[in-house]
Amino acid sequence: MNDEHATASSLTHSLELARRNKRKGALFLLALAVLMLVLVCISLMLGRYPIAPQDAFKMLFYHVLPIDVTWTEQAEILFYNVRLPRIIMALMVGACLSAAGAAFQGTFQNPLASPDILGASQGAALGAAIAILMGLNAYSVSMMAFVFSMTTIIIVFIISSRAKGNRIMVTVLAGVMVSSLFSSAVSFTKLVADPTDQLPAITYWLMGSLTSVRLEDDLIVFLPLLLGSTVLLAMRWKINVLTMGDDEAATMGVNARAIRAIVALAATLLTATCVSVTGMIGWVGLVIPHLSRMAIGADYRILMPTSMLMGASFLLLVDNVSRLASTSEIPIGILTAFIGAPFFLYLITREKRK
Amino acid sequence: MSLAVKNLSYAYGKHEVLHDLSFEIEDGMLVNVLGPNGVGKSTLFKCMLGLLPNYSGEIFVNGKNLKSLNIKERSREIAYIPQTHASIYDFRVLDVVLMSTGNNLGVLATPSESHVNRALDALDRVGVVELSDRPFTQISGGQQQLVLVARAIAQNARTIIMDEPTSALDFGNTVRILSTVRQLARDGLSIIQSTHQPDQAFLYSDKTMVINKGRLHAFAPPKEILTSTLVSEIYKVDIEVNSLYEDRVRVCIPIKEVQER
Repeated sequence: MNDEHATASSLTHSLELARRNKRKGALFLLALAVLMLVLVCISLMLGRYPIAPQDAFKMLFYHVLPIDVTWTEQAEILFYNVRLPRIIMALMVGACLSAAGAAFQGTFQNPLASPDILGASQGAALGAAIAILMGLNAYSVSMMAFVFSMTTIIIVFIISSRAKGNRIMVTVLAGVMVSSLFSSAVSFTKLVADPTDQLPAITYWLMGSLTSVRLEDDLIVFLPLLLGSTVLLAMRWKINVLTMGDDEAATMGVNARAIRAIVALAATLLTATCVSVTGMIGWVGLVIPHLSRMAIGADYRILMPTSMLMGASFLLLVDNVSRLASTSEIPIGILTAFIGAPFFLYLITREKRK
Repeated sequence: MSLAVKNLSYAYGKHEVLHDLSFEIEDGMLVNVLGPNGVGKSTLFKCMLGLLPNYSGEIFVNGKNLKSLNIKERSREIAYIPQTHASIYDFRVLDVVLMSTGNNLGVLATPSESHVNRALDALDRVGVVELSDRPFTQISGGQQQLVLVARAIAQNARTIIMDEPTSALDFGNTVRILSTVRQLARDGLSIIQSTHQPDQAFLYSDKTMVINKGRLHAFAPPKEILTSTLVSEIYKVDIEVNSLYEDRVRVCIPIKEVQER
């Protein structure tokens, strides 16, 4: 009798805990979203050309609200053509690289997986380098980078489907091998590049940057990024089951190979799109999912949106440093590693002490 | 009929691992599968779980031909409890159990509160509901195994396959797991588990299946088949089966050790 009473109460208690966790997760996401918006507002005012806070807000809304123009035309051009597009791009790229990284870490059951684990970045780099060698314009460089990036993934999938052994292992191995092949091809393009203009362009591209982002770039990448991240968000529950391994997932009714293929394709679409516009921005996709995991736990239902919001804020923050820290821009690809790696090391050592 | 296997054979390439197995397992039956390492127990389990689809012969689960079921339908008939689970990421216990409840969900859906209730009920049934909010990697090995049993229960399948569920556990946890499993069978689930301890078969099985060299060596209540001769023969050591408590239980003794004392 007492026992029955005890189980009944611990069952209710457990249900209450589950509900509380769900609420906690929702609140956490809300807090992250607010943090992101605050960062956006601050970032809009910051820059070498100062825009007063009230002007920044008025500019943002004067198209739809009756607001008097109190700023110069130059300020408006700067605001709409340079600062705002760049901030939007930082948010989108940060969110999508982090989502892709989280997705790969789950579906490949490998905490070291990053968005370019299948060679998406090196493929894009080779495409960009070749385009620069051919003297194409910035838009074509991005297109070439994207096409090469997606082609790389297809090559990796074809190789791994013909290879023998553990599915995940051969896919990752194929990705690593194709990556290193392409990275030596990139080295070769640097060797033959004209050292006065092409070589610096390639080197600069490889370091990653949001400097030249325009509103058109935002519009071009928006649809593929929306598509890829929607798929990843929709699959987040299935990714949970996949972390248990293929056989266990199958006995629980989830077709691991099919889900992994869909998720890998969506994550690669995100990575390829981001990398082809911004160049190589490393570390975000590896570190942010781990930070999110430390903050909110391993459950992808909450981890996936958390990673996206944290990644967006992180990249925006780093990009602010990139454009404001010194008189000439520091490429963001360098900064993400400079800031991300030590912070990550601090976090894992802190966990151990506890 | 929970499971009906007819003329099952399986080969990895040219190497035949299972040869012409036929047997039937009734509903609510607890079956122990014995046999030395490498005789095909795991292969048999993988075939019955649908993880190795290229077998020859036929397997019926709860009356349905395994090959006619898709992956989701299969998971509603038969569940699996692995040996141990080395989790890479630190899921909460409740989240681990929830994973098996999604087999009636669409591709894009996530579990609702009714699934949470199902998972908590399953945890309650094996007596570890108070662990629901704890991280899976921070509970003991025995508790982890109980959670995996709960996960199989929450899957709502009538047949459960366990691959050496107690091989990594200490004595107390082994007894705890096996008693829990015994109770589940009494409640109507069919459970097939492999073990390395023939002693366990006497206490914890209605029928014992002995597999040797890819063939079905014997399949009957443990007292009828687990004789000194059979156990000695399949494990290739001298074993004497002795009776305790007016033959309500039997034990296997390595007789050489006793004689040398």
